[in-house]
Amino acid sequence: MRIFLLRLYDVWQFTLQFWKEVFLPPYEIKEVFNQFFEVGIRSISIISLTGFITGVVFTKQSRSSLAEFGATSWLPSLMAIALLRALAPLVTALIVAGKVGSNIGAEIGSMRVTEQIDAMEVSSTNPFKFLVVTRVVATTITVPVLATYMGFVGMMGAYLNVHQNEETSFISFFQEAFARINFLDLLMLIVKSAIYGFTIGMTGCFNGYYASQGTVGVGRAANMSVVVSMFLIFIEEMIIVSVVNTYR
Amino acid sequence: MGTSGNDIVIALKDIRKSFGSLEVLKGVDLVVHRGENVVVLGRSGSGKSVLIKIIAGLLQPDSGSVQVLGQELDKLHLRELRELRTKIGFSFQGSALYDGMTVRANLEFPLVRNKRDLSSQEIDKAVEKVLSDVGLSQTIDQMPAELSGGQKKRIGIARTLILKPEIMLYDEPTAGLDPVTSVEINKLINDVQEQYSTSAVIITHDLTCARATGDRVIMLSEGCFLREGSFEAVFDTDDPGVKGFYNYNFISATNERNQ
Repeated sequence: MRIFLLRLYDVWQFTLQFWKEVFLPPYEIKEVFNQFFEVGIRSISIISLTGFITGVVFTKQSRSSLAEFGATSWLPSLMAIALLRALAPLVTALIVAGKVGSNIGAEIGSMRVTEQIDAMEVSSTNPFKFLVVTRVVATTITVPVLATYMGFVGMMGAYLNVHQNEETSFISFFQEAFARINFLDLLMLIVKSAIYGFTIGMTGCFNGYYASQGTVGVGRAANMSVVVSMFLIFIEEMIIVSVVNTYR
Repeated sequence: MGTSGNDIVIALKDIRKSFGSLEVLKGVDLVVHRGENVVVLGRSGSGKSVLIKIIAGLLQPDSGSVQVLGQELDKLHLRELRELRTKIGFSFQGSALYDGMTVRANLEFPLVRNKRDLSSQEIDKAVEKVLSDVGLSQTIDQMPAELSGGQKKRIGIARTLILKPEIMLYDEPTAGLDPVTSVEINKLINDVQEQYSTSAVIITHDLTCARATGDRVIMLSEGCFLREGSFEAVFDTDDPGVKGFYNYNFISATNERNQ
């Protein structure tokens, strides 16, 4: 219990340090853009594939249930609600946690155990700013962009399936889809994803930054980054949905 | 080797450091003068690396005072400590080159963050100069993974030299290197002392390195300094701890092979 509380205190200190450093110059703009590339561009192919398949499969699975009530015309709005309110931010966050979170944990962990972070420290640079702030900023900004993109690709997948079966036109599909989507849904897509991105970045950086015990520690940091991020994302999802539904 | 001045650049007083119940340093005093290379010799686990990490401010001692270039480390704010560190170069045992960057980017890293007014031409010139000083101009666009152990050590030293430090801290500079490369590194340490007028603390268990680079040698054992003086003076003793270390390095290993 004592170790858990001490770890919690370290997390608190780490988070406070992030908020302190993120606004203070000098800014590592170039490294932030490098991280945008690492987190965003390198994740586009898997996000595209997953988004498209999610859209197609979810539409196929839902059709039979709706068909029993003669309600297949609800498919566009059902897909829009499912994708934009829940699936796109959640699935994107889980993919980024697995792909990028583990990478961040392993990379920073390996830099810790090979004294590269100490080398930055003794060369009068701020390793926290260079390694942690840049990555957390990148994940916080990139995950909402990826989630929005996944929502769009998923809707395209859903449209193709609906068009193939119900011969619905592109315009009427999207008119129907967005009739049930309001500003709060789109806002929460962005806000939720930003929170998940922040969680992934902080968790990966924290586990890497405090890695120890050589290569075993690096493996553990990578593993913990994924497991803890996913756990926290699910908890956050439950809390956010509960809070937002009270205002809906 | 350079000549020693009287100006004190590092002064440690009664330094103690423990990790859990293990007391690693038990009241160590150390003074390093300007232009002097001080070698701290000792077995693995004797507290040598902890000692230079305390000098660099990477570890805090449990008690005692650390003065570097006239400034008490524990009284400095982080910004002042970073300012002071521009005058301290640290060569790590494993070189600690940034894996994801080329040699050029490794060398530019401290420079662009500490001297923001430099133009890109001035940065290029500084990088080429330090690379030429360590004899590795041809590696400028290589990645650390493409370098040999000796080359990594040299690039690690070059990265610290680019800020023109007043003090160099070497952590096991010849560890893991073949004898020929070790001799080259020893020569480089002496060249750095001469060309950059640095003072240095060299942590090693390699007697050849200690003899080649040290103006003064200190023997560290179980967290305490046993003996101090010139290389010859330190080992001119019947103390079994000191004698045993010398014999094992220079005599016993050869004798065992001959038998």
